Amino acid sequence: MGIEGIGARVVRKEDKRFITGLGRYVDDMVVPGMKHAIFVRSPYAHAAIKKIDTEAAMAMPGVIGVLTGAQLKDDGIGNLICGWMINSKDGTPMKMGAWSALATDRVRYVGEAVAVVVAETRGQARDAAEAVEIAYEEMPAVTDAVKALEKGAPQLHPEAENNLIYDWEIGEASAVDQALDGAAHVTRMKLVNNRLVPNAMEPRAALGHYDKAEDHFTLWTTSQNPHVARLVMSAFYNVAPENKLRVIAPDVGGGFGSKIYVYPEEIICLWASKRTGVPVKWVADRTESFLTDAHGRDHVTEVSLGFDRDNRIVGLKVDTIANFGGYMSLFSSAVPTYLYATLLSGQYVIPKIHCNVRAVYTNTTPVDAYRGAGRPEATYVLERVVETAARELGVSPAELRRKNFIREFPYQTPVIMNYDAGDYEASLDAAMREANYAGFPTRRDEAKKRGKLRGIGMSCYIEACGIAPSQAVGSLGAGVGLWESAEVRVNAAGTIEVLTGSHSHGQGHETTFAQVVASRFGVPLEQVSIVHGDTDKVQMGMGTYGSRSGAVGASAIVKALDKVEAKAKKIAAHLLEADESDIVIENGEAKVAGTDRTLPWFQVALAAYTAHNLPEGMEPGLKEGAFYDPTNFTFPAGCYIAEVEVDPETGHTEIVQFVAADDFGNIINPLIVEGQVHGGLAQGIGQALLEGCHYDPTSGQLVTASYMDYTMPRAGDLPSFQVSTTNTPCPGNPLGVKGCGEAGAIGSPPAIINAITDAIGNNDLSMPATPQKVWAAMKASQ
Amino acid sequence: MHQTTYHRASSLSEAVKLLNDADDGKYVAGGQTLIPTMKQRLAAPSDLVDLRHIADLKGIEISGDKVKIGAAATHAEVAEDKALAKACPAISHLATHIGDPHVRHMGTIGGSIANNDPAADYPAALLALNATVHTNKREISADDFFVDLFETALEDDEIITAVSFTLPEKAGYAKFPNPASRYALTGVFVAKRADGVRAAVTGAGENGVFRADPIEQALASSFDASALDGITIPADSLMTDIHASAEYRANLVAVMAKRAVQAANG
Ligand SMILES: Cc1cc2nc3c(=O)[nH]c(=O)nc-3n(C[C@H](O)[C@H](O)[C@H](O)COP(=O)(O)OP(=O)(O)OC[C@H]3O[C@@H](n4cnc5c(N)ncnc54)[C@H](O)[C@@H]3O)c2cc1C
Repeated sequence: MGIEGIGARVVRKEDKRFITGLGRYVDDMVVPGMKHAIFVRSPYAHAAIKKIDTEAAMAMPGVIGVLTGAQLKDDGIGNLICGWMINSKDGTPMKMGAWSALATDRVRYVGEAVAVVVAETRGQARDAAEAVEIAYEEMPAVTDAVKALEKGAPQLHPEAENNLIYDWEIGEASAVDQALDGAAHVTRMKLVNNRLVPNAMEPRAALGHYDKAEDHFTLWTTSQNPHVARLVMSAFYNVAPENKLRVIAPDVGGGFGSKIYVYPEEIICLWASKRTGVPVKWVADRTESFLTDAHGRDHVTEVSLGFDRDNRIVGLKVDTIANFGGYMSLFSSAVPTYLYATLLSGQYVIPKIHCNVRAVYTNTTPVDAYRGAGRPEATYVLERVVETAARELGVSPAELRRKNFIREFPYQTPVIMNYDAGDYEASLDAAMREANYAGFPTRRDEAKKRGKLRGIGMSCYIEACGIAPSQAVGSLGAGVGLWESAEVRVNAAGTIEVLTGSHSHGQGHETTFAQVVASRFGVPLEQVSIVHGDTDKVQMGMGTYGSRSGAVGASAIVKALDKVEAKAKKIAAHLLEADESDIVIENGEAKVAGTDRTLPWFQVALAAYTAHNLPEGMEPGLKEGAFYDPTNFTFPAGCYIAEVEVDPETGHTEIVQFVAADDFGNIINPLIVEGQVHGGLAQGIGQALLEGCHYDPTSGQLVTASYMDYTMPRAGDLPSFQVSTTNTPCPGNPLGVKGCGEAGAIGSPPAIINAITDAIGNNDLSMPATPQKVWAAMKASQ
Repeated sequence: MHQTTYHRASSLSEAVKLLNDADDGKYVAGGQTLIPTMKQRLAAPSDLVDLRHIADLKGIEISGDKVKIGAAATHAEVAEDKALAKACPAISHLATHIGDPHVRHMGTIGGSIANNDPAADYPAALLALNATVHTNKREISADDFFVDLFETALEDDEIITAVSFTLPEKAGYAKFPNPASRYALTGVFVAKRADGVRAAVTGAGENGVFRADPIEQALASSFDASALDGITIPADSLMTDIHASAEYRANLVAVMAKRAVQAANG
């Protein structure tokens, strides 16, 4: 239709400002009189704080204030909380230890904030921070979740005996045991999902401004969900009531989950601004990002998968220990439970599933959702054990999967989720074709002549996006509803602003959401602006995470568009003297169907605002709002096939081919979808081959706290991706979309590891599969 | 960073004077090691004396079979020098694989060897090439120059002015990069001359760069990668860290030695 609407491969509108350096991030914000904060952080993983002496620091040049947790408590600022209640299988609620934004008597991880210095310059604040004298009494630390559960392990919180936060289960253990007992074959594995640092390109930052005249606070922050931040800071942390707190999340340079949560620094910048009387800015340096951004993953899992004589799956048993770090981050509890165990059915008919999860405190950085959040962990467990089972059973991994695929929808899994639509065989076939799966043996033989071990590995993932039906998550313990809101404002001259609660920090909403609007009325893309990220502009919103912006955020926009369209039709019918039901709006005009009577879109809008000639009783204006609450999750799924070549002398792995065949439902912008898949794959490949946190087990220091030791994927580590999509539209939302933001990170790690283990002939290999580990695994199997 | 005063020296004598007049001064060249250390507040010199603008420290000269590289030559200058690439491609190749373009355009050979990072590339080249380190005070053979981890024979105010060596018949360098930092997890430089073969290993030794006797002996009789088949390198004095165990490094020494020889033989 000549309009850059739904399905068009439109270049991102926002890229121009990003690429030309005109993006405006928190650190670009300047408020008159603004000063700088530096946090004094614990150098110990576990220690008692005996004394904090701020006198010398206060006397340093440029220092305006040095604040501690005692003052924070005096002012009634509340502890940080986890907002999703999980009950243990014995019915007791999770055991949450107290987390003060500034530690008062004890520190539980290296990097924990203990005091803050506000000074004229950042350099002065840093000098003074070194002069804050803190007497610590070091205590033994534990960084490994399995060890933290052992008898005699250092204890972190008095509330959580044996460091156990909860011991939760889903499914019926005895039924699964029975199924496994009767199985013809059971494959058992012990798998570790490595801890990752999110590494957003923009470090976290906050600028708090208390306006005494208005008794009002403004916070500029690196947030994926400014409204949630405001809600939590008002309702739980007592920073300010919502009507006295404006939260702005301007351009944000990547989040990957790590910017969902409200962190101590944001609370402190607001509070310190009131305490010191100056606006206070803090910007993390990269070391602070490594030490204090919520980490991801960190599971240790035992899994058993049983088959009958016909190689049909009879049962799955999973036992997971999840490392939560020193404190419970905002959504931490939900990640290894409702975002993990509920996906363990994968793409397969598995009659019986049981999963037990123990959440554990350790002296490490808090862990929370990171791109994929629970689904990568579930996919890794299931897709490694399925591939290994195929090898043990001596059957093709593709055919074993095919045999067990779910084929009828809707499909109720034994672990809550009800899959609405999918065609797993279509993705499998598409991927196998693209990968020339059948030609692999020839390629392997050819590689062998070059001295390389070539392997192929597959992963058929499913995930749940579009989080989530509010009532359902409420019944599972969520402290918030997970709907989204939108407002569509048609201006008098016909241009359109869409206000959305979905924040954009790399997803491209300014383009895709505008495409949805452009499609509806046939107006040019540049006449549509997307407004987000400011609690004073957008009424309310739940933010961007869990690939929910398309499925939930855009659905809210569609609902608002429905209302706008209905009113616009009434106006057009009145002006064109036609019946409302005969009006169609397309190509930027309203017309009477089957006639040549038309009215340009801008005239419809203008009529709404001049209000000179509106239908009897109609209010002026053309602006509508909507809240959309999903009825189900959406279920993107797909098949990834990796091919690797391992250098047998060094253990170095090269990915020589990577095929992704995804089913994301309908697609609003294929270019952006491909970009999201590429980014997700880069992170998944990072997890599989390169990235991983290493804590010194005795001192609790994060050894991989810089890029000298933490391996971020570089362009050269990645192959040229072969991505494609198949489509079963999502029946649950008006656009038929499912979500694509996390799939790459979810589906790729097991495909890579399955390929390497195939190449080296040893299934016992953990992530990241560094050259050293691959070499050791090759040696072990010789 | 703490307060520091920057000085640009234009001669060796001025540089020495500036350093000796300073409270706690340090020479700086490309700053690729020193500045990050200062940012992390692990070093806080009162004064920085920049050596890069001293004429005596600049340039790459080749005359006959003698090569002399000024201490202030950047890695990029070494990598891109056409005459050097012809005379000793191994050292150009080595310089090409140091860090990233930013690092290569700032970092210098003098700074690299003065720092003597156990995972740096140049020390292996210098040791294998039996190079001489020239300073404002004396000449030091590479054998004596590299003392221990981050430790050299340099005195506090001594300035490296150049590095020189006689061209070998053949030379090759193979580096297995640390996946994160891309420094050498293990790198081996081999140089063959009429009087024998020298093979130096960086990235692997507990005490920094070292010569690998078993490799030199095996290659003495036949300078061919196959001469190293089945060779085992003892792991005792090799480093273990999160990226590589001593055993893995021992394996890499043998593998990189083979690849260095292959590279040398073209
Ligand atoms: C991201 C990154 C990646 C890197 N990757 C690699 C790599 O792969 N391989 C590798 O080998 N190196 C690598 N490096 C280090 C790099 O090669 C540095 O250039 C080198 O270590 C120091 O050289 P410089 O000129 O920058 O010295 P500076 O940092 O300026 O100085 C280092 C030290 O040497 C002293 N010094 C400098 N010049 C002289 C002189 N002429 N006489 C006496 N003392 C002197 C200084 O006082 C200081 O103590 C990397 C560095 C970075 C930042």
